Amino acid sequence: MSVPQLEILAIAMVTAVGCATVGTFLMLRRLAMLSDAISHAILPGIAVAFLLTGDLGSPWMLVAAALTGLLTVALVELLHGTRRVKEDAAIGLVFPALFSLGIVLITRHAGDVHLDTDAVLLGELAFAPFDRLVIGGQDWGPRHLWLMSGVTTLNLIVVVVFFKELKLATFDPGLAASLGLAPGLIHYGLMALVSVTAVGAFDSVGLVLVVALMVGPPATAYLLTDHLNRLLILAALIGALDAALGFALATWWDASIAGCIAVAVGLVFLVGFLAAPERGLVAVMLRRRRQRWEFARTVLAIHLAQHEGRPEEAEESRIDHLHGREVGWTPEFTLKLVTLAEESGLVVRDGQRLRLTDSGRDLAARTLTC
Amino acid sequence: MNLLHDLVFDYTLRTVGLGSAALGLVSGALGTFAVLRRQSLLGDAVSHAALPGIVLAFLLTGSKAPLVLVLGAALAGWCAALLVMLVVRTTRIKMDTALGLLLSTFFGLGLVLLSVVQRSAGAGQAGLDRFLFGQAAALVGEDLVTMAILGTMVLTALLVFWKEFKLLSFDPDLAAVLGLPVRGLDILLTSLLVVAIVIGLQTVGVVLMSAMIVAPAAAARQWTDRLDRMVPLAGLFGALAGLSGAVISSMVPHLPTGPTIVLVITTITVFSLLAAPRRGLLAEQLRLRRQRRHLASDTVLADLYRLAAQHSEPAAAPHAVNVLRTMAAGTGVRRALNQLAQQNLVRSEADGQWVLTEAGVVRGRQLVQPKDGS
Repeated sequence: MSVPQLEILAIAMVTAVGCATVGTFLMLRRLAMLSDAISHAILPGIAVAFLLTGDLGSPWMLVAAALTGLLTVALVELLHGTRRVKEDAAIGLVFPALFSLGIVLITRHAGDVHLDTDAVLLGELAFAPFDRLVIGGQDWGPRHLWLMSGVTTLNLIVVVVFFKELKLATFDPGLAASLGLAPGLIHYGLMALVSVTAVGAFDSVGLVLVVALMVGPPATAYLLTDHLNRLLILAALIGALDAALGFALATWWDASIAGCIAVAVGLVFLVGFLAAPERGLVAVMLRRRRQRWEFARTVLAIHLAQHEGRPEEAEESRIDHLHGREVGWTPEFTLKLVTLAEESGLVVRDGQRLRLTDSGRDLAARTLTC
Repeated sequence: MNLLHDLVFDYTLRTVGLGSAALGLVSGALGTFAVLRRQSLLGDAVSHAALPGIVLAFLLTGSKAPLVLVLGAALAGWCAALLVMLVVRTTRIKMDTALGLLLSTFFGLGLVLLSVVQRSAGAGQAGLDRFLFGQAAALVGEDLVTMAILGTMVLTALLVFWKEFKLLSFDPDLAAVLGLPVRGLDILLTSLLVVAIVIGLQTVGVVLMSAMIVAPAAAARQWTDRLDRMVPLAGLFGALAGLSGAVISSMVPHLPTGPTIVLVITTITVFSLLAAPRRGLLAEQLRLRRQRRHLASDTVLADLYRLAAQHSEPAAAPHAVNVLRTMAAGTGVRRALNQLAQQNLVRSEADGQWVLTEAGVVRGRQLVQPKDGS
């Protein structure tokens, strides 16, 4: 790999880690779509700052955009607070309006300058290595790498330092409030981080990738663990993996890097969705199957135990009786079930008749008494 | 008058205006159900997810006919919507996260395909990316025909299944108990929403289409409590926004149509939130103020009655404002007295003291002893 390629990869991975950290809390608060809303709504902030300073690289850009992000959150809460619209509708009202305002500002006043809406929305990581940080005539590397490293470090520090507070405010805001933790303040603090992260990432990776990296890795990690600290670490790792995989895909297909990373996010989620150890689709289906057989085995044991030592035992314990009208099993199912029950030592076969073993009797008794 | 003339005779303005109005009508009507079912952001996800379908349709057919592209968009959007439902149903991942995930993945795929097409197809692909931000000015007659056919289909289906959709939106459990195929209806309604969205994509673009789903419905909700009025009203608001957005952007230079339409519908929504007769925020403020005043004057009347009742002749026992002020422990006593005087319940004496009228005594007694004879 060439140096620019390494730089692109580094920017993507650092951004992914930063996005995954705040994204985890967004997901747990059921506010994942706020990442979409904030990242779109910062456009007017960027436009205003650009019109005022005339410079795309100025730090005011970050400040203005982050403020617009907070404004978005405040507007959503204001609308939701009137109890006239639901929260999802409030989000759906606010960000297109702000985004429209941004586009109108840009097309009316900024004309043909570099600030074109496609670039904002789509981002172009391939150009990131050309934007160097030069101090005192010396080249310190890509500007975006420094920017995103700073943002990601900030996110990590905040999450580590305020881990307890964030955890409590996320899972039990009522308790957090009664302990004097100011959940409102924590909420806005988190939203400020989301805004800063989205702003930092917007012109290197594009808005859509911000959403992908904030939502995808935490969602994948959520299929793998229940613990918040493991969730955060896994999300960060999966984010970095997504970025690397996406970069590889982009090199292979010679296609949009941001697009490929978003696709990689989806693919990795798909793998988790299918193959996660406990919650994956395959694991769930296997478990359901196992449970079906276990249930049938227990029913068989109970059935035999009910009639054991009674006059009808000879009739009731016959295999061909079992798939009669009483239980409703098919002959094939019954045969397979009997074999399974025999293998696990619940019954012994005696021609067409079945007899419970001690452990079979025990299973029936345990099930009926519990 | 000039404007009207242009709307009828200027081909571009007529096409754009009609197209925008049609898109507003259909998305407003369908959006009502999305908003009521708390799926407002599904529109956002579906519109983003349509991108790969558009590009793929072009890649496979090499055609840029509106019907081909719209079908591709619908197919991709539909897949994304179904996947969202699948993820929500089978995992513990919630709606918002599933939406964000599918939205960004599909859109990313669209970008990948777009970059591939741009590399290989050269100039032939020009115009595909107008779906990103929409380009109402590029609407032609053929687009209008496509929109009209699909829009009519969607609205007809909405009317045919009206009762079922209504039940599904307000009480899905009852619908299931009554034996309606709830999941099938859910998929049908979502599919109609998908069609409504792709109709509007090339006019307002993927990012702003979600506003056309949410805003008309949110505005209409403020004016009525009945679904059979809310749906046409949302359609009307949507159409109005589409038409006026198209007209405004044609009159002001450098004003893109899509964002203008969104700003118009947002204005309509904010106005509705503020000014709707019963649910509006202004109406609520007025109501609160009136109730507060009412309560204040009732309190003062009751106070005056309690004082007067200690005299043998309640209707001839004047009391000073300051005494009432002490009892009410609040401001607004003078205003309350004036209000009561207007209703002929009290009157002021020459020395500035206040006394109950006969009617005031009766009303005061009712306030202090709510039940007669108790």
